[in-house]
Amino acid sequence: MAFSALDKNDCSKPDKKFDMNFFRFLKGSIKIILKGNKAYYIWLAFLLLLVLWGGYGYFGQLRFGLIKSHMRDSVSWAFYIGNFTFLVGVAAAAIMLVIPAYVYNWKPIKEIVIFGELLAVCAVIMCISFIVVDIGNPLRFWHMLPIVGTMNFPSSMLSWDFFVLMTYLLLNSVVVTYLLYCVFYKKEYNKKFVLPLVLFSIPLAVGIHTVTAFLYNALPARVFWNSALLAPRFLASAFCSGPAILLILFQILRKTTKFEIKDEAIWRIAELMVYAMFIYLFFTLAELFKEFYSGTEHILYWKYLLFGIGENREIVVYSWASIIMGFIAFMLFLIPKTRKNFVTLNIGAVFIYASVYVEKGIALIIPGFTPDVLGQIYVYTPSLTEIRTAVMIFSLGFLLFTFLSKIAIAIIFDHYNIDSLRGKS
Amino acid sequence: MKKEKSRRSFLKNISVVTFSAIAATGCNMASIDEFLQQNFRILSKKEKNNIVKSLEAKYKEKYGKEFHVSDKPAIEGTQFGYALDLSRCVGCRRCVYACIKENNQSRDPQIHWIQVLQMEKERGIDFAHADVHYNPEKVPEKGHFYIPVACQQCRNPQCITVCPVKATWQEPDGIVVVDYNWCIGCRYCMAACPYGARHFNWGEPNVPGEEINTEMHYLGNRPRMKGVVEKCTFCIQRVREGKYPSCVEICPVGARKFGNLLDPESEIRYILENKRVLVLKEELNTQPKFYYFFGV
Repeated sequence: MAFSALDKNDCSKPDKKFDMNFFRFLKGSIKIILKGNKAYYIWLAFLLLLVLWGGYGYFGQLRFGLIKSHMRDSVSWAFYIGNFTFLVGVAAAAIMLVIPAYVYNWKPIKEIVIFGELLAVCAVIMCISFIVVDIGNPLRFWHMLPIVGTMNFPSSMLSWDFFVLMTYLLLNSVVVTYLLYCVFYKKEYNKKFVLPLVLFSIPLAVGIHTVTAFLYNALPARVFWNSALLAPRFLASAFCSGPAILLILFQILRKTTKFEIKDEAIWRIAELMVYAMFIYLFFTLAELFKEFYSGTEHILYWKYLLFGIGENREIVVYSWASIIMGFIAFMLFLIPKTRKNFVTLNIGAVFIYASVYVEKGIALIIPGFTPDVLGQIYVYTPSLTEIRTAVMIFSLGFLLFTFLSKIAIAIIFDHYNIDSLRGKS
Repeated sequence: MKKEKSRRSFLKNISVVTFSAIAATGCNMASIDEFLQQNFRILSKKEKNNIVKSLEAKYKEKYGKEFHVSDKPAIEGTQFGYALDLSRCVGCRRCVYACIKENNQSRDPQIHWIQVLQMEKERGIDFAHADVHYNPEKVPEKGHFYIPVACQQCRNPQCITVCPVKATWQEPDGIVVVDYNWCIGCRYCMAACPYGARHFNWGEPNVPGEEINTEMHYLGNRPRMKGVVEKCTFCIQRVREGKYPSCVEICPVGARKFGNLLDPESEIRYILENKRVLVLKEELNTQPKFYYFFGV
């Protein structure tokens, strides 16, 4: 065996035949991606269709500019940055789930880390995509880099956000690739290498969402965001939406692969989500009390969000849809009977995901700009181009996550490893 | 040896492919230069000169006229300030249109650097009840007064703090400017500005050739491109040549005053000394150099 001379407990040392094996690995992985049952192909075809439909919309934006969106000078940030914010939450929560997995000693902790990190990697890539489609000159992105460009660090929160997101992406990519690589080569992973990185990724997960909240929080001109509760609310809501995805994913994995996770662990995740929802509810009520009881001019933005101002009520349907879905999910998760029933549990998971998505996508951003700083109301709802572009990014993200998960599943559960590759070649 | 050769031909092929790809997308050397151009603030005098010259040639080709693009730096000992007499302003919006013409703002899609707010006399300065879309036969309307708002040229500008690429900065004479070639179009500055003074080119800007102002400054009224932010520069192309901003010149009631804050004899200093002034949203600590006062 080519690597027999190496230390068995450490697979971080280079393999002589690495190049060759890597090539084989790529070929093998492509085969895995392309192979599947009928449902898998339907899923892929569905995603590809969405990518094409969305991509054509984005193409129009590239040609004519952001005028294809419904954003204007009054509402200069909207749906794209809302999606970005939501996905930062997903990316952060995927890793934060490692804490309870560790504390409660759930059995498949390694698998939870691996799938959590894969989700985080995909979510961060989608985040960055949403920033790229949102800026007027995507080709000038390099201006933001240090050395070649003139990064405004540490002054601008946007450069901070870019910095922490990049670090987070790099860190998670390294950890998950390394873990899978070790399983693939049937070697023990080096705990001294992995553990500190995983431990570091947890505060960094809190960090990316906090910095993203500070992005908005840092603007005294926008009183709707200028509340110290913004970052805590972000974290609480992320802890609702992120685990919702993993909750469903774990059930799918459990059914279709040898992945084992006990019902108790899934219920525990749901229980933690109830705490998060409760905290979120409490923070929001505290915010609402302060705004409505003191009744200063700052109340305008909340009024616009919840009731509309005058004839302008277009956004109200979004905010109440989010509130109602969130509340139903909260009740479903709170009552033990419905929490432990997988039908109602999954309905709750979908509802809370949708609720936080609408909250971050629309309800967080738009009232920040409506009325605008000069008191003018420009009614914003996303344009078809914006929706199509978002659909494109989400489908690409799901596609990437599907592929990565499929390879990971094959490596972890289906004996896709170095020996099986050699056997074939 | 053979290997070396094949590598060289590979590189050659690559460059041929790259260049033909660039040619196919309609790029030329000038646009590559433009793409690679650095932040204006770190360019040498010579580089700035070359850029300005090439811009003049480019505009001439596009509009068929002679252009003068200046990169004149701030004059030492100047700090520009502005004062607007609220008791005189009648809300005629002549300043808005003079500004558009002088500064080559896009006509369609429309960009206005100055927004005139109509307010109710009974409420005082109250943005929540202000209206920019007032459209009566005759101004001023009974029971109303007017506040024109453009860039307040803050001493503590939050737009500059938040810009992730340092594409906007405060010049030594206090004017906040944007390098349109460096702005990535993230619009963080627009979210940060408490005065709605920054405007974005959502689509390709459009200025008719016969109306274009050919006297330009690199940091001011030169034509902008799609996807960048622009704003009032106190008419940088005029004030650094000792002229008034065009909104000051056009104002039919003499409500607009402009001058050097460092010159004790200036009109602006006279107003600060003899009238009581106010600034908008002073609680945000932006410290504007744009003052409002009541002259009569």
